[in-house]
Amino acid sequence: MSHLLEVQDLEVKFALRFGDITAIDGVSFVLDKGEKLGLVGESGAGKSVTGFSIINLISKPGYISKGKIFFKGNEISSYSDEKMRKIRGNRISMIFQDPMMTLNPVFTIGFQMVETLQAHRKISKADARDIALEKLKKVHIPSPAQRLSQYPHELSGGMRQRIIIAISLLTEPAIIIADEPTTALDVTIQAEIMDLLQELCESDNMALILITHDLGVVSQVTEKIAVMYAGKIIEYGSTDQVVKNPIHPYTEGLIKSIPGTVIKPGEDLVQIPGMMPTLTNIPPGCAFNPRCYLKEAICTTKTPELKDAGNGILAACHLK
Amino acid sequence: MTKLQKFKESYFLYSFKHDKVAITSFIILITLLILAITAPWIAPMDPYDADNIDIMNSEIPPMWSEKGDSSFPLGTDNMGRDMLSTMLYGLRTSIIIAGCAVLLQAGLGVFVGLTAGYFGGKIDAILMRLADIQFSFPYLMVAIFIGAIFHVVFGVGSYERLAVPLLIVIIGFAEWPMYARTIRASVIGEVNKEYVEAARVIGLSRLTIMIRHVLPNSLTSVMVISTIQVANAVMSEAALSFLGMGMPVTKPSLGSLIQAGFEFIFSGSWWITVFPGLWLVLFVLVINLLGDWVRDVLNPKLYKG
Amino acid sequence: MFAFIIRRIIQAVLVMLVISLVGFSIKAQIGDPVRDLVGERVTPEERDQMAEKLGLNDPFPVQYVRFLKNALHGDLGTSFIYRKPTLEVILKHAPATIELVLGAALIVILVSLPLGVYSALKPRSLLSRFIMGFSTLGVSVPVFLTAIMFIYLFAVTWHVLPSFGRGETVDLFGNNYWQTGLLTIDGLKHLLLPCVSLASIMLPLFIRLIRSEMMEVLETEYIKYAWAKGLSPKRIWLVHAFKNTLLPVITVFGVQVGIMFAFTILTETVFQWQGMGFMFLDAVQRADISLLIAYLVVVASVFVIVNTVVDIMYGFINPTIRIAGTR
Repeated sequence: MSHLLEVQDLEVKFALRFGDITAIDGVSFVLDKGEKLGLVGESGAGKSVTGFSIINLISKPGYISKGKIFFKGNEISSYSDEKMRKIRGNRISMIFQDPMMTLNPVFTIGFQMVETLQAHRKISKADARDIALEKLKKVHIPSPAQRLSQYPHELSGGMRQRIIIAISLLTEPAIIIADEPTTALDVTIQAEIMDLLQELCESDNMALILITHDLGVVSQVTEKIAVMYAGKIIEYGSTDQVVKNPIHPYTEGLIKSIPGTVIKPGEDLVQIPGMMPTLTNIPPGCAFNPRCYLKEAICTTKTPELKDAGNGILAACHLK
Repeated sequence: MTKLQKFKESYFLYSFKHDKVAITSFIILITLLILAITAPWIAPMDPYDADNIDIMNSEIPPMWSEKGDSSFPLGTDNMGRDMLSTMLYGLRTSIIIAGCAVLLQAGLGVFVGLTAGYFGGKIDAILMRLADIQFSFPYLMVAIFIGAIFHVVFGVGSYERLAVPLLIVIIGFAEWPMYARTIRASVIGEVNKEYVEAARVIGLSRLTIMIRHVLPNSLTSVMVISTIQVANAVMSEAALSFLGMGMPVTKPSLGSLIQAGFEFIFSGSWWITVFPGLWLVLFVLVINLLGDWVRDVLNPKLYKG
Repeated sequence: MFAFIIRRIIQAVLVMLVISLVGFSIKAQIGDPVRDLVGERVTPEERDQMAEKLGLNDPFPVQYVRFLKNALHGDLGTSFIYRKPTLEVILKHAPATIELVLGAALIVILVSLPLGVYSALKPRSLLSRFIMGFSTLGVSVPVFLTAIMFIYLFAVTWHVLPSFGRGETVDLFGNNYWQTGLLTIDGLKHLLLPCVSLASIMLPLFIRLIRSEMMEVLETEYIKYAWAKGLSPKRIWLVHAFKNTLLPVITVFGVQVGIMFAFTILTETVFQWQGMGFMFLDAVQRADISLLIAYLVVVASVFVIVNTVVDIMYGFINPTIRIAGTR
């Protein structure tokens, strides 16, 4: 039985004037029906690019240089644009980071919902509006009928993100990719939106890829977690195990920097020294080595492979 | 500061060296400027001197055509003047007028912009409102209108005698708001920065701060505008001369040469108007190309592949 | 929205007051209303009497207010060349200019939209590079030179199009007021070269503007989201990106139509097109101050009205402004 989504050894490069740089370097993971996966990492680690590669929508000058992506056993990474369009927004929906920028300012909510349905189904405008209304109700928007004729700027950020979630539900997709869906929102609204996403995925048995820098959120929502650093997955496993028992020093640092998880009240939070390298000057060996408290000679010469580290966790570290 | 300056210069130079269009335009522009400056020495004849002109030589086509004459490589105009010489002198006149007009624009604009920024409040509001009103009308229209008024006030005779200074004033007054707005915008932007605060704390007067600190920081934008404004001024001068509100045919600029040649195009003497036209287009084109390049280099944000 | 319209109209009125003040000051300084009315052959005593009767010895503000009052009643003085009210003279010449500007505007829209959109969508294609190169060249060619080239090629060399005048015109409303060239083949033929020349100044600008606006819009998140929704490229480009591109373009278009009026002076001179620009130059050459000032006021009004209408229209199209105006 094939997985719902399988990413195999994905490599993404950006063609710049002075040569190509590698943004994603050999990323692999799988996702099953209804499963929730967290892609965690700092900004620039390549998590968003990974998300966009799945629906083959990387911004220019980026391109997939290696690797395969399978959706329900079909190799969608080799699909033509025309064929891919039937997957995008239909079988795999995406939720963007900033709801203030995601909706087209000159069209009404109704217009933007109806056109999505009409792009994927032969359906009348009236029927499409009915479905739109039903989905708006599903994301708990007050007076949904009225929203259809409103413009995006008439609504708050949290409301707009709910509408975007409603749009992604329209076609009843198998996977939702949510790229930092709450980063641009107020803290109080963040929790509501996360709860909503979780609830919808569970009720409709949809798979979710949650891209975020917030390990705290991931640990509450997802079953699986993949930690990314400088374009690579450095730790991959069930969320419970990874949070309780992180293998990679980077993951460990991330977890110890969240108040109220492993760290108990009264203890100091851990801060990882330094910054993630930019893609143009990744250090040789393990990319994390300049910041690592365990660093040994091998770390600066040999790049660690992702390997079984027990408890069903895969980790890329020479020393564990 | 000097290091930053050096870096800027080197980047400036770097991108210049890697842009063939910019290099070519620059070389052509320099050549044209040298030709214009040295016109009195290199031109085959002096078109201003009536003694040199022989009406018998009128409307000789360029030398490569059948009836051409090798002593007039680009032919002659209707008065028998050598086209090449009139074009060199014409370019010279156009450049002098455009250059001075841009200096006047910049002077006026910088003065108004600084005054507005310096005094703020009501003076600022009134000055900028006026600039906005004038700015909402096309500069060519304003120029033509000032030209028309001068034309009526001075009468045709004196207007032609005073054409050079009058054109400078007309074009200068028609386009100052561009500078005033830019300078004021950067004054307002700079005034709130910390170094100005620091200068104020030291006890420097506002005037000193304006001239010594704020103004130098606005000069980049003045430079960017100026390249395009020179091209605009040459075009305005040509348009005014073409309408008969500019240089007289006896002391022609490129615009008046084109105008003078226009009526002869119907009899097939195309070179009298086409050559000065191409000459003008070449000059304006290289300035525009350089201007585009300067803008891209100094404002990388605006650059769109 | 209502408050926004009112504010915009008040602004327009203020601008017109400033313009009329400038116009009147010039007229009061250098104009000669007595000559405008009775010509030059009058004795100094008669002149003084006339001046007194016309109120020319009144203080400046009084005269200005009178000028404004008259202007509001459509009286902008008397043209001494035509011996008629200036407004009548200008309106008589207006249709020719309006037809010229409309024709040129139509050409600009029809040509610049497809070319601008195309060069934004395919910036690296050969045709786009050609379009961009051509538009850089275009801004460097003065309109009268374009016009002269057209005349030389199409009229003098190939004899396919007429080089001057309006050709055969017909009376549009049957009241001998609007002589239109739009309804006869000959009239249209005469219109072609002047319109294309006039359009040639605006084309490069609009192609570049549409291209850069469109390219900016194509980079936005909402366009990326439209792709992620699985919409067709056609729909994304022609519905989503296009509408967002049009908003700023419309504003500029309004202003540029005004600028085209300025350039009609040049175009009409080359083609001896009997419009307002042609009349204006005639007035300059013959020192008809009243007509000059009237032209200034009329053209400025057209300008201010066009700008105001465009701004208000923009308010209607752009929902963001509409809401900001109501609250």
